[in-house]
Order: sequence, then structure tokens, then C-alpha cells
Amino acid sequence: MAAGAASGGSATTDTYKEARTWLLMPAWVTLSFLILAPVLLMLVYSFLTKEFRGGVVWEFSLSAYDQFFFDRGLFGDEPAKIEWTYITIFWRSIWQAGAATLLSFLIGFPTAYFIATQPERVRPMWVFLITIPYWVNLLIRTVSMKFLLRDQGPLNDFLISTGLIDSPLHIVNTNFAVQLGLFYSYLPFMVLPIYAAVERYNFTLSEAAADLYATKMTILRRVLLPAVKPGVIAGCILVFVPSMGSFLAPDLLGGAKNFMIGSLIEEQFKGNAGNWPFGAAASMILLTMVLIILLIFARQQAKAEKET
Amino acid sequence: MASKKFDIQAFPGFKPITLLCLIVLYAPLVIVTVYSFNASASLTNWEGISLRWYADVFSGPESEKFKIAARNSFIIAIIAATTSTAIATLAATAMVRGGAFKLRTVSFGLISMPLMVPEIVTAVATLIFFNAIGFDRGLLTILLAHIAFCIPFAYLPIQARMQGIEDTYEQAALDLYATKRQAFTKILMPLMMPGIISGFLLAFIVSLDDFIITNFVKGAGVETLPTAIFGSVKQGIKPNIMAISTMLLGVSVVMVTLSYLVSKSDKTK
Repeated sequence: MAAGAASGGSATTDTYKEARTWLLMPAWVTLSFLILAPVLLMLVYSFLTKEFRGGVVWEFSLSAYDQFFFDRGLFGDEPAKIEWTYITIFWRSIWQAGAATLLSFLIGFPTAYFIATQPERVRPMWVFLITIPYWVNLLIRTVSMKFLLRDQGPLNDFLISTGLIDSPLHIVNTNFAVQLGLFYSYLPFMVLPIYAAVERYNFTLSEAAADLYATKMTILRRVLLPAVKPGVIAGCILVFVPSMGSFLAPDLLGGAKNFMIGSLIEEQFKGNAGNWPFGAAASMILLTMVLIILLIFARQQAKAEKET
Repeated sequence: MASKKFDIQAFPGFKPITLLCLIVLYAPLVIVTVYSFNASASLTNWEGISLRWYADVFSGPESEKFKIAARNSFIIAIIAATTSTAIATLAATAMVRGGAFKLRTVSFGLISMPLMVPEIVTAVATLIFFNAIGFDRGLLTILLAHIAFCIPFAYLPIQARMQGIEDTYEQAALDLYATKRQAFTKILMPLMMPGIISGFLLAFIVSLDDFIITNFVKGAGVETLPTAIFGSVKQGIKPNIMAISTMLLGVSVVMVTLSYLVSKSDKTK
């Protein structure tokens, strides 16, 4: 948010000052009606009573949130215990998104760094190479990944033919397959901010450290990483946030045992469970978690901007 | 940076990791493209090159379903991208050329909201909204959802481009008694074109790709390409899906390359 307001800087003028309300009106109307109002309505729905077969009854109720956190037995008359089913699904989503973020960082950081240290002329081409797959349909990419990793898929065929393994590796329907799918879905989001940060990095700092007998590892850990930290954090958030609410990778690569939030929510609206208030409540909990993460991030960025 | 004797920038292992990264990114796409030309009906055996699955897409048992889905997808993507690009261009003009105003930060927050809210949450919210106002789900609901969702994707390249244009050109026109409208349409818009084209192409791809929101707001029986593919894949990956995927992949690559060339030709000017 701060970025847009702050970067207005140089070329911001007031040529169209009188017309700005009219110029902004279409965007305000469209987004208020089709994004903001729906999200507020979803908040309301999460406090309503469920109608069987989908939909709601307009009667205030906390049962959606209650069902999420507490187990009151089959008939709802037993003393409340903590309900672990949904907390576990959320926890798994956080964990999976975290693992995918780590994987993206371990591969994405060296990649971003390598690109940023190439001659300036060829850098756009490298960035282009990394971003092309991102623009290919996410569904198609996920299906392709599944095709490649299948038990009888090309990867296993290849590994068996080279004699590295005797029987196929079971990758599909594991946690790792989901992490790989998420990594594949959002990798450019990790690479691009880190690339931008490394490009601005002043390499004389590394030279100074080397002159003082710092090893490469020390330079990386004590000089480079702290200097590009904002880019790393931005990359991690841009991978973590969409991973947490993702649907396709867990659904296609994870199977029923590796259920994540996205599938839980989808099932309330498209599947047989059909509990709309519960789906709305789960969405609100996800949205709240994401907004808290973004808020902490925005604060840190603002603080970092003040310091420099 | 020219010093080769002791390269302070290079870290051992970073280049192999970059190459590994590229392999991981491209291997699935290359494999699917290759297998889409497989003559065999089984997924595992390779029986030589053939176009049989492409023929199957256009005239096979599922061809009618995919034809309608493709038509829906492209119509929605064209209308949604055009509308959202127009909305985004006007909004960017107000944000960059509208001076300082109170609602600026709020407006920017609203515009970037579809990027911050997880897609599945937008999908749920939009479904609930259409249901609450009694709007029958169908092509129109998909289109409306896509227009809103595509605005930030069109907006960001347009804003970036406009910030790079000095307003001296418009000022000169205004000094020569051009009206504001003329300054906007005759001076600013042509200068903005590369940004507008990038924005349009991004919005187009985003709309064409969308599965989650479409899946929620589509009516029963209404399909776009991604939802039709998803429905088909749920019963197992078939060779014709790989042929469709390869064609869609081609469309995406062409669009992104166009967008890249537009932005590049602009810099060399």
C-alpha cells in the first residue's frame, strides 16, 4: 500500500485534478461492489445459521466458529472439547506453505543472485526465462507436474532406466508433492523481489568484507543477506500467502490425506458438506491470518524505509 | 566489476542451482508438450509422433465440450481484459496526475485488494454476494468477477508507465489551448500505450487462467477451459488434455513474449 502512495514522487502532478473523482469512479464502483461488499457480506454470513443443502437462514449464530474450534459431541450436548480436525487442517496448510516457502528460498535466492550478477544486457532475458512458466495456466502446470511425477511417469521411468532406483518412487499424494507444486506455482514471486534487492546491493561492501579476510560464507551470512533482507522478506510473503490458501496443488498433487484450507473451504460450497456459514467462517479465519501477516510486513517495511 | 582475478560476486554452486531451477520449471511443460504428440493411447508407452490427440481435441467425443469452453474462455477474457484495462487507465490517471488527495491511499488499497485477499476467499465472497442479491450464476457472473479481479493486474503496469512520463508534453499542449480532454487523448494516451498494452495482456492471461473464482461463480453446466480441463483431469489425465494444454501453453507464451517485446521496444526508443 505504502509503495503506491510513496512512489508517486517524481512525475505526480495535478493536471487532471478536477476530473479525478470521475476518473476513479469506475474503479471505486466496480471494486466496492464486486470485492469489498462481497467480503463484508461473507463476514455477515459467517455469523448466520446454515441451511441444509447450501445457503443460509438469516438468524444470528456463532455455530460456524463454534464448530471450527469446539467438539460438543454428535448431538451438541456434551461438554465442549477442543475440535482438532480443522485446526489440524489449518496447521498443515501453514506448515506446507512454510515448507514451500523455504524450498522456494533455497532455490530462488541463488537463482536471483546469479541473475543479478550477470551482465546488465542479458539480465532481462534471464528474468523473462524465470517468469514465462508463471504465465502458463496454473492448472496446466499442476497437471503437468502430476504427469511427470506419477508412479509410471517419465521421472520414474528415467530413474529406473538409469539404474538409480529399482521400483518407482511414490511422490504423488505426499506432502512433498504438494510442496513441490506450490514451489512451482509461486517461484517467480520469490525470485523477483530478491533479484531487485541484489541489483541495488553495493558490491563494494562484499569487497570490504573480503579485504578484512571474511570468507565467502561469512560475506553471504553477515553482509549480503542482511543487506537484501527486505527483498527476501517480500519474496517469502509473496510465496507464503498464496500457498496457504491454494487449492489446485493440494487437490491434484496431495490427495485426500493432505487436505489444506482451500479444499476445506471449497467443500463447503461445491461439495456435499454444503455448510455455507462454516465455509465463510473458515474463509474469514484465513483472511484474518493473511491480513495480520501483511500488516506486520507493511510495518516492518515502513520502519526499514525510515531507517535508510 | 570487470576484475576477473578474484570474483567477489560469484558464489560456488549458485549457477548449478539456477540451472536446476530452470530444469524444474521447464521439465513438466516440455514433457507434456512432447507427450501430446504421442501416437499411443496409453500414457506410459511412446509409439512415435502423431497429431492424433490434436485431431481428437477438435473432432473427438469431447470436442463439443471443449469448443464451447474455449469460446467462453476467450470471450470472457477479451471483454474482462478490455473493461478492466479501461477502468485501470482512468484510475491510474487520477492517481498519478490527480495531485494529492485524501482518498489516494484508500483508493490504492481498494485497487490492490484482489491481490491481497487470497483467491479462494474472493471466490467465496463473490459467490455469497451473487447468491444474496439473487443473481443467477452463469457467464455474466464469471465476467463480472473477472473484471474486478483483473483490475490490479492491468493497473500496475499502467501506473508504472505513467510515472515514467514527464507531464511537460501535456503542459505544452495545454499552453497551446488544448482542452484537458485533448491533452489526455492526444498526448497522454499515445505515450501510455506500451503500459496499456502490457496491462491488457496481463489481465487477459489472468482471466484466461483463472480456475478458482470461475469454479465458484459459474452456473451449473457453464464451463470455461480451466474448469472443463479440471473436470476431465479429475477422472485421470488423458492424452487429449495434454494436447489442449500444449495449445494453451502456446497462447500464454505468445502473449507474454508480446508483452516483453512491447516493453523492450519502448526502452530502446
